[in-house]
Amino acid sequence: MGTWFQRQRNIIDFTLSSLIRRKGKNLSLLLVYTLLVFLLASVMFFTHALRKEASLVLQGAPEMVVQRMAAGRHELVPGRYLNALGGIRGVSTARGRLWGYYYDAVTSANYTLLVPGEDNPAPGYISIGEGISRSRLAAKGDLMSFRRYDGEPMVLTVQEVLSPDSELVSSDLILISGQDFRKLFGMAAGMFTDIVLTVRNAKEVATVAGKVQKLLPDTRPIMKSEILRTYDTIFDWRSGLIVVILSSAVLAFIIFAWDKASGLSAEERKEIGILKAVGWETSDVLLMKFWEGAAVSLTSFLAGTLLAYVHVFFTSVVLFEPVLKGWSTLYPSFKLVPFISPYQVATLFFLTVVPYTVATIVPSWRAATIDPDSVMRS
Amino acid sequence: MRKSTLFFLTLGILAALAAAAGTHAAYQREQGHAALQERADMVKRLDLTDLCLFTEARYTRHPTQADLHSPFQDHPMSMEHFPSGSLLAPRKSIGGR
Repeated sequence: MGTWFQRQRNIIDFTLSSLIRRKGKNLSLLLVYTLLVFLLASVMFFTHALRKEASLVLQGAPEMVVQRMAAGRHELVPGRYLNALGGIRGVSTARGRLWGYYYDAVTSANYTLLVPGEDNPAPGYISIGEGISRSRLAAKGDLMSFRRYDGEPMVLTVQEVLSPDSELVSSDLILISGQDFRKLFGMAAGMFTDIVLTVRNAKEVATVAGKVQKLLPDTRPIMKSEILRTYDTIFDWRSGLIVVILSSAVLAFIIFAWDKASGLSAEERKEIGILKAVGWETSDVLLMKFWEGAAVSLTSFLAGTLLAYVHVFFTSVVLFEPVLKGWSTLYPSFKLVPFISPYQVATLFFLTVVPYTVATIVPSWRAATIDPDSVMRS
Repeated sequence: MRKSTLFFLTLGILAALAAAAGTHAAYQREQGHAALQERADMVKRLDLTDLCLFTEARYTRHPTQADLHSPFQDHPMSMEHFPSGSLLAPRKSIGGR
């Protein structure tokens, strides 16, 4: 065991000396490789943590939302739909929701206005999300001015700023009374944005959705399972920018591996020839090359993954921020809970470390099996 | 110091940092449980359907509620106006329509 270990250490010493001899090339290789792993791991950590968070937080989402469609767009739902839907067997409650968007010209931001089903703010009062409080510099007791549908100003008092811990779901939220909501948007009494249904038996939700469409063909039921599925696929590897990042990273990696696998430099071939000539076995040469690949790829993998962890969970993906913010002026400031999938880390390991190490060994094996004399002469 | 010792030392430090990150993640999950529960309770109480990730467009603020004709609803390479629209995956067919 001791001899075996000593042999490995001697070979590693030699391999590292050989790598240091070409330090310019190998250091840049290490840097680019680390950067590549960092980029891939950052995307993986961020999207997985976000998807996991969505799956846990949205468990409480409505069992079914029913929207009315007209000419392919949302339409307000009349109150009589509530009675019709409430009468479907299996539906325990049907509640009309009031919510919409308000564009604030002061901050150039879009707010989501919502009338809560219970604990409504009193008329004249609102509760605002932390993001709005930050962008409008509004605190509890302050007045906020809105422009009504008819151009008249409407002043509401902030009764509460929602907890910063809830920012991921409430950053742009304004909770308002039903009366003020209708006054602000000029919405007639008895009209709703959409309808929320509670179904007695969770197994019957799909059946109820079918009944809703049959009864009211101009509606579109959205089940909780579909909401959860949407967030499960939302940062899917196929989505726009992510596929661009992933494909460029994978392409860069293929170029790397291809460069290694397509052959050795004249200097490297000469080195192998000399080693063979002084008595190294083919297996020793392969072991040396294995350690060379492992040293570069393992170091890069560990460093890249660690940097990605810091990037995602300590700096809240500061490098991706400009892309995530887009043109929005109101952006939630949230810290993701570090949910990490061991499966993803293992996939990253097998997709980066293993192919690189193999790509280092294969051409060396070809060079090591040729006669040393001809290798040195070539 | 032998180069191999330095190499194993570097790997050891990186592995220890990785283990520390794992411990940190577990600790943060434990610590973040209350905040996560608060968000889940708010979703239930207010009947919310979406996370507030992007506020620049209706269909990225509420991707689950967007109408079927919004940009980026059909395929990933469709022309997109808002940057956040190109971050989201095309939505699975909702409501069978």
